[in-house]
Amino acid sequence: MGRWSAGVIPYAEMGYWRPDYVPKDSDVLAAFRITPQPGVPPEEAGAAVAGESSTATWTVVWTDRLTSYENYQAKCYKVEPVPGTEDQFIAYIAYDLDLFEEGSIANLTSSIIGNVFGFKALRALRLEDMRIPTHYVKTFQGPAHGIIMEREYLAKFGRPLLGATVKPKLGLSARNYGRVVYEALRGGLDFTKDDENINSQPFMRWRDRFLYCMEGVTKAQAVSGEIKGHYLNVTAATMEDMYERAEFAKQLGSVVVMIDLTIGYTAIQSMAKWARANGVLLHLHRAGHSTYTRQKNHGVSFRVISKWMRLAGVDHIHAGTVVGKLEGDPFSVAGFYDTLRKDKIEADPRKGLYFDQEWASMPGVMPVASGGIHAGQMHQLLHYLDEDVILQFGGGTIGHPMGIAAGASANRVALEAMIKARNEGRDFLKEGPEILRAAAKHSRELDVALSTWGDITFTYESTDTPDVLVTPS
Amino acid sequence: MRITQGTFSYLPDLSDAEITLQIAYALENDWPCSIEYTDDPHPRNDYWEMWGLPMFDLKDPAGVLLELNECRKTFPSHYIRLTAYDARYGRQTTALSFIVQRPAKEPGFRLTREESADRQVRYTLHAYAADRPEGERY
Repeated sequence: MGRWSAGVIPYAEMGYWRPDYVPKDSDVLAAFRITPQPGVPPEEAGAAVAGESSTATWTVVWTDRLTSYENYQAKCYKVEPVPGTEDQFIAYIAYDLDLFEEGSIANLTSSIIGNVFGFKALRALRLEDMRIPTHYVKTFQGPAHGIIMEREYLAKFGRPLLGATVKPKLGLSARNYGRVVYEALRGGLDFTKDDENINSQPFMRWRDRFLYCMEGVTKAQAVSGEIKGHYLNVTAATMEDMYERAEFAKQLGSVVVMIDLTIGYTAIQSMAKWARANGVLLHLHRAGHSTYTRQKNHGVSFRVISKWMRLAGVDHIHAGTVVGKLEGDPFSVAGFYDTLRKDKIEADPRKGLYFDQEWASMPGVMPVASGGIHAGQMHQLLHYLDEDVILQFGGGTIGHPMGIAAGASANRVALEAMIKARNEGRDFLKEGPEILRAAAKHSRELDVALSTWGDITFTYESTDTPDVLVTPS
Repeated sequence: MRITQGTFSYLPDLSDAEITLQIAYALENDWPCSIEYTDDPHPRNDYWEMWGLPMFDLKDPAGVLLELNECRKTFPSHYIRLTAYDARYGRQTTALSFIVQRPAKEPGFRLTREESADRQVRYTLHAYAADRPEGERY
């Protein structure tokens, strides 16, 4: 005890620090960013995290000896300093698969982020990334439909999908709300969306909203000959309420329902099961995530949330825009998108990906880019986010001077022009503004959009960026 | 009305030269092209008629365009779409699909509303042209 500050137990000596340990293919691996209290060696802090997120308590208990405890102890097998910091380290920890219940995000997270984040020997702690072994991946349902099935279901190929969130988010009556849905969809969007806090308030009850929205959706299908959808938010106080609302949405013929991250992991998994069983796409709004994902030294990285939500089984998740109004460093966002869309992912510290991850053919989740984006950024959006993504232009649709349908058309024309140019082999990132101007010659809607928002940018420094040493090439 | 299915329906109709560039893009990606036609444009009509099999072994964009023009000659007033297919593991689905011919006049769809209890409405979409027999619609 002597060489550590008071109150800190030498976890390292209890078997939680194992620099010789070679992780098994079936281990769950975690990379934690630790900021130990002054005087606590990083190995001890890493061992403490391993201990507190598995078998340990603050003191030795004789009842450990009734178990094969080596098996259940998490093992911190590596600690590395974080480049560019003095007091932060990445602790790599391996957990035996026996620690976790099959197919349960609640159980996984109760272990990994359960008690340990309040641990006094650490000033701060962040879960940066996890490797979920395929043995464990296969115990989860995964996305109710996934990217491929969604595209086939909607019959939309070869381009990102387009959406918009109905604005203002609070106060519209159900009838007025449905008008926005109709205008945006008939103008050319594929989806419209309830906002996260649109549930069932005094100014608009859920059942009324669902009825008017579906009138708008169906009418837009009739005037375009395309499949359209509105994310009907079924978020509510209880599972019973959510099931009731989702059933009603299904009965009305909606192709999609929506939930908020705030409903909790178990409720998300329940809704994913419902969505698979009922053939309805499941959209997830990441309401509340920035409370724990944004600060670099404490919380849970959004890469990890992305991984958990792919396992939990949502079809869509908001994952950043890079160029919009909300937090999103380009490399970090690329890491989130890879995690959601790819089948095999290689570790890439530039993107904040600490581990290889194999999804064993689990379908991908469609990332959604939303928040302060507009038609004038189409080349950048396509460059950073690629094709399997839903681009959501809320203000950029509804705020169009010629009306909502015009705003929607502007976005659709800009998108199709950019895809066409890309496929033709043009350097669309460089020539983007020129491509848009040319497309605007046959679309007054796009022309007006470009002169309204053409040069709006949000260039603030990101908070959540990967910390890596750049290797000279 | 203008049916806006497919990747490029919001742009002016593509010229043959522009279509050829899209075919070239597909072939560079090893996506075989296929041609499909229909006179039933209901959005849930997934299975348009196939103009032969997907052209798995055709690597020359001009060859694909030739087939397309044959199809156009045979069905001058049908909807025709060009589809590129990605057979790679993990995709195994359509990669690109766009309309390359449409009827001069598109009458569009009738939206039928069947009112039922509790303010619910059952909706059905019906293409006006589909009232006539196949082959006599446009």
